[in-house]
Amino acid sequence: MPSALQRFNLPVTVDEDKCIAEKGCTVCVDVCPLDVLFIDAIKKKAYMKFDECWYCMPCEKDCPTGAVTVEIPYLLR
Amino acid sequence: MNTHEIETDVLVIGGGTAGPMAAVKAKEANPKLRVLLLEKANVKRSGAISMGMDGLNNAVIPGHATPEQYTKEITIANDGIVNQAAVYAYAKNSYRTIQELDRWGVKFEKDETGDYAMRKVHHLGTYVLPMPEGHNMKRNLYRQLRRVRVEVTNRVIATRILLDEHGVAAGVIGFDCRSGDFVVIRAKSVILCCGAAGRLGLPASGYLWGTYENPTNAGDGYAMAFHAGAELANLECFQVNPLIKDYNGPACAYVTGPFGGYTANNKGERFIECDYWSGQMMQEFYNELQGGNGPVFLKIDHLAEETIQNIETILHTNERPSRGRFHEKRGTNYREKMIEMHISEIGFCSGHSASGVYINERAETSVTGLYAAGDMASVPHNYMLGAFTYGWFAGENAVAYIGDTYREVPLDRGQIEAERARIYAPMQVTDGLPPAQVEYKLRRFVNDYLQPPKVTRKIELALERFAEIKEDMKRLSAQNQHELMRAMEVQVIHDCALMAAKASLFRTESRWGLYHYRVDYPQRDDANWFVHCHLKKGDNGDIVSFKKPVEPYIVPLDEDEKDAYQRMRIVKQPAADQPAPAQQPAAATAI
Repeated sequence: MPSALQRFNLPVTVDEDKCIAEKGCTVCVDVCPLDVLFIDAIKKKAYMKFDECWYCMPCEKDCPTGAVTVEIPYLLR
Repeated sequence: MNTHEIETDVLVIGGGTAGPMAAVKAKEANPKLRVLLLEKANVKRSGAISMGMDGLNNAVIPGHATPEQYTKEITIANDGIVNQAAVYAYAKNSYRTIQELDRWGVKFEKDETGDYAMRKVHHLGTYVLPMPEGHNMKRNLYRQLRRVRVEVTNRVIATRILLDEHGVAAGVIGFDCRSGDFVVIRAKSVILCCGAAGRLGLPASGYLWGTYENPTNAGDGYAMAFHAGAELANLECFQVNPLIKDYNGPACAYVTGPFGGYTANNKGERFIECDYWSGQMMQEFYNELQGGNGPVFLKIDHLAEETIQNIETILHTNERPSRGRFHEKRGTNYREKMIEMHISEIGFCSGHSASGVYINERAETSVTGLYAAGDMASVPHNYMLGAFTYGWFAGENAVAYIGDTYREVPLDRGQIEAERARIYAPMQVTDGLPPAQVEYKLRRFVNDYLQPPKVTRKIELALERFAEIKEDMKRLSAQNQHELMRAMEVQVIHDCALMAAKASLFRTESRWGLYHYRVDYPQRDDANWFVHCHLKKGDNGDIVSFKKPVEPYIVPLDEDEKDAYQRMRIVKQPAADQPAPAQQPAAATAI
């Protein structure tokens, strides 16, 4: 059965200059209830992998360096 | 894929609100027992109160209210169909829970004398206690889990209750959504605290995750209880809430009401007597939305600047703090504009309605060794404080059961292998249906056919569509562990959708205002339907519905109180003895 990938605008942005995932920090990944944040294996920075967001904000609130920003998902903004 | 077999004494599934309390109280009741708290996300930020809570909505505090008054109010708000023993047990222990939370560092609003600053939001009594600094709720709970040394396992998705050869709860089966490993946990007693079924309807925005409830709460607890053979009560009493349109979070009339805010129509006028969420209130909300006076708004633009600042501080730091961002993008300044509201998608949640996995006043389900608490358990209008209080009951009673009744019986090993095959099936399908697409279609049908007003023919069509989607489940495909989690959740949502349809068809009357408004049976019919409606899994796996008598009342109702919640609409020019026109006239033999 054929399938296609579709692009989505994502609500969670990580400022890579501020993100300290390379030092072992996984706070945002840990606290996300929907488990959609991951650490990029090459860049060693956090990023949003799946468009499944409750805009609940623990990732932003608990980030020790203020690297994470949550926007309201586009469909309901 | 590895297999982990774990043994514990008390297993709590769900680390949101009721779960941590159950785990702490189980450990305190017997510190020698092993208590394991299992969570599909991370207990630090999981569940409905992930970002805290702005108030207690059902605080029964001496000097302000009595357990008897509260039990009466909840009985009346639910058209009489309640197990009063369960409501009364909550009410009697509500204050004890508040005092415990107070000791744990949760901050409640107090007046200058140090007394709790209670507010009136309900139709009759005074039960709302603001928590303007309630954002640290989860941190307080986590500290207690560590203090008593509860063991915590995060990111494990529980899928089926493990049963022994006698059908007694003996643990759980599931998988780790990070490693994909298979997990079997053997326990002596099991407490389900899995929250609401929050991904049942599709939000009007069309965004699968823009739900009222935390979307992690897919209804796992309802499905697990059903497949374990437990009874579920009054599922036709849906959760439908008045929310901020598109944002889909609560507008918080409970918070703003005591400051002078209110629900208004497009003319800025009040149309309901009381903003407390009930089916009757939702019916009037729906009538106003559909009529020429819609949409409906939360009106606070008439309040003083300092009051509005106060409201902003509470609402933009607690529970759903991103709402400030939402309003900013839309240019909704509370000082200038009313906040547009809408009606939510349907769900199951006893926190606000009256349905759920049946439990008695000891938090026992109908399956031996299986307990439940919080939004998924059947105690009506229980909110956060009821989740804590029933979590407490469940923790203590699950420990007592191990000492008094528990006998180890061999497991049904076939069940474990069958579940292993069911869980990993979507990983074997390389060329199938993505879980998100199936979920979207399923939840759209839930909206099309089950959202009240309920029409018999529509519900029958829903069952046809759900049967087709059941076939599609065989073609579900997961490309990684994350998608596997979603694939298992789609099956949970399908179970809940089926239960919602069957329960709605069974009760051939209208009750609880909009929650169960059946167009083909518009009257309340106390002669035939003044009963609980339960359902369970039949021998062939199908859903079986049946009636259960309403338990004898502990607190009798006065004649003039019985219809208080039927009089929600504000009457413009009240004639001397003219009642408000009701959408659903109450039966002559009310309550």
